[in-house]
Amino acid sequence: MATRKSASTPASKANVSKDELLAYYKDMLLIRRFEEKAGQLYGMGLIGGFCHLYIGQEAVVVGLEAAAKEGDKRITSYRDHGHMLACGMDPKGVMAELTGREGGYSKGKGGSMHMFSKEKHFYGGHGIVGAQVPLGAGLAFSDKYKGNDNVTFAYFGDGAANQGQVAETYNMAEIWDLPVIFVIENNQYAMGTSTQRSTKSPSYWGRGAAYGIEGEEVDGMDVLAVKEASERATAHCRAGKGPYILEVKTYRYRGHSMSDPAKYRTREEVQKMREERDPIEAVRSILLTGNHATEDDLKAIDKDIKAVVNASAEFAKESPEPAQSELWTDIYADEIPQHDA
Amino acid sequence: MATELLMPALSPTMEEGTLAKWLVKEGDTVSAGDIIAEIETDKATMEFEAVDEGIMGKLLIAEGTEGVKVNTPIAIIIEEGEDASNLSASNLSASAPAEEAAPVEDAAPAPAKAPAKAAAPIVSKAVEPDYPAGTEMKQQTVREALRDAMSEEMRRDENVFLMGEEVAEYQGAYKISQGMLDEFGSKRIIDTPITEHGFAGIATGAAFGGLRPIVEFMTFNFAMQAIDHLINSAAKTLYMSGGQMGAPMVFRGPNGAAARVGAQHSQCYAAWYAHIPGLKVVMPYSAADYKGLMKTAIRDPNPVIFLENEILYGKSFEVPVLDDFTIPFGKARIWREGTDVTIVSFGIGMTYALEAADKLAEEGISAEVIDLRTLRPIDYDTVLASVMKTNRCVTVEEGFPVGSIGNHISSVIMQKAFDYLDAPVITCAGKDVPMPYAANLEKLALVTTADVIQAVKDVTYR
Repeated sequence: MATRKSASTPASKANVSKDELLAYYKDMLLIRRFEEKAGQLYGMGLIGGFCHLYIGQEAVVVGLEAAAKEGDKRITSYRDHGHMLACGMDPKGVMAELTGREGGYSKGKGGSMHMFSKEKHFYGGHGIVGAQVPLGAGLAFSDKYKGNDNVTFAYFGDGAANQGQVAETYNMAEIWDLPVIFVIENNQYAMGTSTQRSTKSPSYWGRGAAYGIEGEEVDGMDVLAVKEASERATAHCRAGKGPYILEVKTYRYRGHSMSDPAKYRTREEVQKMREERDPIEAVRSILLTGNHATEDDLKAIDKDIKAVVNASAEFAKESPEPAQSELWTDIYADEIPQHDA
Repeated sequence: MATELLMPALSPTMEEGTLAKWLVKEGDTVSAGDIIAEIETDKATMEFEAVDEGIMGKLLIAEGTEGVKVNTPIAIIIEEGEDASNLSASNLSASAPAEEAAPVEDAAPAPAKAPAKAAAPIVSKAVEPDYPAGTEMKQQTVREALRDAMSEEMRRDENVFLMGEEVAEYQGAYKISQGMLDEFGSKRIIDTPITEHGFAGIATGAAFGGLRPIVEFMTFNFAMQAIDHLINSAAKTLYMSGGQMGAPMVFRGPNGAAARVGAQHSQCYAAWYAHIPGLKVVMPYSAADYKGLMKTAIRDPNPVIFLENEILYGKSFEVPVLDDFTIPFGKARIWREGTDVTIVSFGIGMTYALEAADKLAEEGISAEVIDLRTLRPIDYDTVLASVMKTNRCVTVEEGFPVGSIGNHISSVIMQKAFDYLDAPVITCAGKDVPMPYAANLEKLALVTTADVIQAVKDVTYR
């Protein structure tokens, strides 16, 4: 079986157009600025509960989405803001869901961890670690059943990779040749537990071999490497060859959630990543050195994105709280009386 | 010396079976381990082996005979040199009274919960039937009704599929899906590995993706491994997505105690699932209800928990012969009208409720018996109207007593019909203990007809 370990071309040499580079840059920057704003709003008490930021991991979803086509589905965990922005969901609707307002994607009833968009084929947003993996395989099952060539991206972390239901799903996905790409976003920490402390089998993609699933490890700080891997994975699935595993090595700069002081790793470790491996800086550098864009062009992009993010924050503050009657809607798809005793 | 071969009990709930085929003939020599017959149980066709060596002296039951009770002599094995010419079951039994005298109830504990007379067709006495007067009826087992309901809906909607352990090639662990693989093929009748958590999640994802899955759990005890997907993924997604997407699907399988399978295989989950907003919960008693409610469940746009009962699978009831027979959720069925007390039950609890009502009638107590049929939604109106008439109520279920459906019904009656009550509502439930294996202890752990009769006498002060 042809499993492989990162065979991708270095970013600087990848065959990619100027427009594509600029698009990835914008998409990643939007996620970064959006998350920074979400962090601010959380600090102001406008966002409640759990809030898991995606800062540092932007290249993963942007690279994966680069090979997606209309009708492809995606599903992820509670660290989901980046995935929603990358698949084209409106930042206003996402931010307003974070503030629990009527204008949010779930009318304020889902929150940061539970957001969906039928229109963009985004199936959540799941708060139970690992649950999205069989759900994602089930979405792929529905496409195979209907006989189209769409694929599903099922994202999960290095923590969820140790879940029993993930192993169960690998097994069935391969038996049934489901067109699902298992994207393991290995950011090296399952909340506060490093991969070194949680497994003696650190090759997460390699576990697929036990089930007959092909896969590879990808540099998740390099959006072009991720894009190339995504092209291989989607081609594999669309050709009816069954599931594929991508273990994308990435890093989150912030804590697990807003309330995590991240004492389990050193400030130096985080700083080193930010300075040497930042995915947005890498593309910025290619754009400038390749004469694809000037400093002024990039400043203008920055400005536009800030405006989009600020507008989303304004919308999220101004959108009213859901009507009290919303408490009792969407429990059933038809009308049945709720118990009020 | 001649030895009798008795009809074996080949499953926990088997009371009788079909002697499908003899693989030996009179005069054949057999050794221990030789397969001598095929016996069809309520679940499968089993091979029956000789346990001793000898010569097949006489075959007492012709092949193809149905309804051969467990422990009935089916053949006689003789030793070399013995004469088989004047052997018969009765004259052999005379010399071996211990074997013959044992009544079925003692030899096979299963009938303790499913008395021999219940095996006879149960005559529906519905006060308000769910079908037009004059509808042609036929006798059908719960098992057949379930299979017909699923098959009809699969013919109607190509997005409906059945997934679970042993549903396809094995023909169903309890034979519910018998023949369905042949008709619908392996794309729609799907065997899974034994990984409930995983396949419940995959089916839920398939429902998100627009299909209509039916998930069979071999028993609801195993659904404990998958319960996160039933509740967190299937039941809550519609709400969490602000109405954008949900999981129109059915989770079904046998629930509650079978017979002699011990604590881990004998639990009723009715109250557990009825607790969850976003789920619909169905727990039928009669074959007609199994059919009509299963068809409704498959069409329902929400996740439905369909709680079946292994002991009821083999019971026959009258089922209406209609092209498309469905029963709406949230509508209880009054099985028997009465004036002195209301007995509210559901699922196999109805067996005890109806038996109790029969016996109470002999003592001059008139019980109204209500089958809730669905536990979410619950038909409170029918219960309250009845209690306002009889002024007394007893609830009957097999689940544990704490936080039971009966407790909930009792609370609603207290709030909505307090002034009508002439006695406290009594909940008859399973005992508050894990299910024991020993036959005598198991009987004590289950709710019984005697419990119901006593409760009725308590609330009627007799």
